[in-house]
Amino acid sequence: MKKLRIKESAVRILIAGSASISIIIVMLIFVFLGKEGFPFIKDPGLFQLLGSKWAPVSFIKESYGIYPLLTGSLLITFLATLISLPIGVCGAVYISEIGSGFERELFKPFIEILAGIPSVVLGFFGLMVIGPVTKSVFHLSSGLTALTGALLLALMAIPTIISISEDAIRGVPRSFKEASLALGASKLQTTWKVTVPAALSGIIAAVMLGMGRVIGETMAVLMVTGNAAIITMSPFESVRTMTATIAAEMGEVPFGSAHYSALFWIGIILLIVTFGLNMVAMRVLKKYRMN
Amino acid sequence: MKLLKIKIAAEIAIVGIMAAFVFGAGKVVAGDSNYIIIKGSDTMVHLVSTWAEDYMKTNPKAEISVTGGGSGTGIAALLNGTTDICAASRSIKDKELKLAAAKNIKPREIVVARDGIAVVVNPVNPINSLSIEQIGKIYTGAYTNWKQVGGPDHEIIVLSRESSSGTFVFFQEHVLKMNDYTPKARLMPATSAIINATVEDKWSIGYVGLGYATDAGDKVKPLAVSDGGKAIVPSEATVKSGEYSISRPLYLYTNGEPTGRVKIFIDYCLGSAGQKIVRETGYISIAK
Repeated sequence: MKKLRIKESAVRILIAGSASISIIIVMLIFVFLGKEGFPFIKDPGLFQLLGSKWAPVSFIKESYGIYPLLTGSLLITFLATLISLPIGVCGAVYISEIGSGFERELFKPFIEILAGIPSVVLGFFGLMVIGPVTKSVFHLSSGLTALTGALLLALMAIPTIISISEDAIRGVPRSFKEASLALGASKLQTTWKVTVPAALSGIIAAVMLGMGRVIGETMAVLMVTGNAAIITMSPFESVRTMTATIAAEMGEVPFGSAHYSALFWIGIILLIVTFGLNMVAMRVLKKYRMN
Repeated sequence: MKLLKIKIAAEIAIVGIMAAFVFGAGKVVAGDSNYIIIKGSDTMVHLVSTWAEDYMKTNPKAEISVTGGGSGTGIAALLNGTTDICAASRSIKDKELKLAAAKNIKPREIVVARDGIAVVVNPVNPINSLSIEQIGKIYTGAYTNWKQVGGPDHEIIVLSRESSSGTFVFFQEHVLKMNDYTPKARLMPATSAIINATVEDKWSIGYVGLGYATDAGDKVKPLAVSDGGKAIVPSEATVKSGEYSISRPLYLYTNGEPTGRVKIFIDYCLGSAGQKIVRETGYISIAK
């Protein structure tokens, strides 16, 4: 009897340990980022991050202004959301409401595959296909632009948006639709005026999670956006994102230098942004599940 | 389910980055007689680690650790006695020599290869040669249109390496004369990306190691570069002779004359097998 109890509690501790790994790791990451970023507060000072120039390697004066990187990330995220939102939501509506069972069986695996393509592979695709196409369509001098990056990221966000929106749309109670149809609304009217609004919070959560994926994406944007640290709102200019900056510069940066801790600060800001996005999405999703 | 997947992916990515830092930060213990420790130039890391790998293949007992950090870091390590060999893409400064004398360290300079940097444009571009000053002005953003250097009326797309690259710093020092790059410069993650963008975008300009420019063949056009005198086309011969101005010797430094295992390794680097690797990694061999 006693033996059994020991065994039971041992198993319990083991399982609880496995379950809390994520929590421990998240905590460790916060501690680690804070520790490595800390020296920057003293030298050269946090306000350095507010500048509008990112030139970490310079013979004159190093500048660590993350404003161009932040606008770069935001511009790309905004554009990618603008592209992926209508496609994702319409796709989800079609799959869950309009398409036949056969079509659903056909589409779903392809969406899963799209979601599973490694971002480096998509980066190649962007470099070789999307870049040259945007270049010739918009008569640009170079295909390495924010728009190319946004198109590529939209490809990554669409599967996320479709899958979660579709769940939300399918979760709308049958009675809603039946009531609408009974009142004489057509099938299309029911879909757009009843089902989609009823699933709206789920759809919003889907879009926010898609955005979370977009803002955190690194490899593909590093390959196709040209990485020029300029402040711009034009989709046809080259931009440098926060993620690409970390990925490109971390490898060779002198350990413990101001540049090194500046990169950690970019990481902290990025973490806060994605954390915020995820939290809002979770809230909205929870609300919709409760309804 | 999706939420979970995304979360897990994010966590794995972060842990990966953490692990990279932890390993990257790992320090090698100096002074162990079984090791040869080489520190220094980031530009040379690829070359030196290829040497080290090849050398260890033929000498299974040898263990060589190669770390970057920059030429300055490498020289500092040599002066502090924490490295056996320092790899440097610049020669030692007077200030450092004085410091070395104070510490009773006698840096011995050995040229092991040369590095030529070709400035490349798309073959469509009618420009065939530029002066160092003109290239500098293009890269600092003073010139933004090809017509300012006698070309057609097209905006110049400036391509550079990432700031982590040693070539970025060399170019900044010798061509930009220590000025900052224009923020409009597109920082490409790799030399191959510069070649690719030069092929794609007709009015771009980039810089790459001469070996890469040669490998790209007709797809890009290396510019002849003048520095006060005649414009010189970059080639193995003009880099070797020192005529082509955007080139530099690459050094290994040791404390005093190399002896023992360090000497054997350096002799290997200067020998035919080592110099073959110099050519393979895109640098210019110093072998006659």
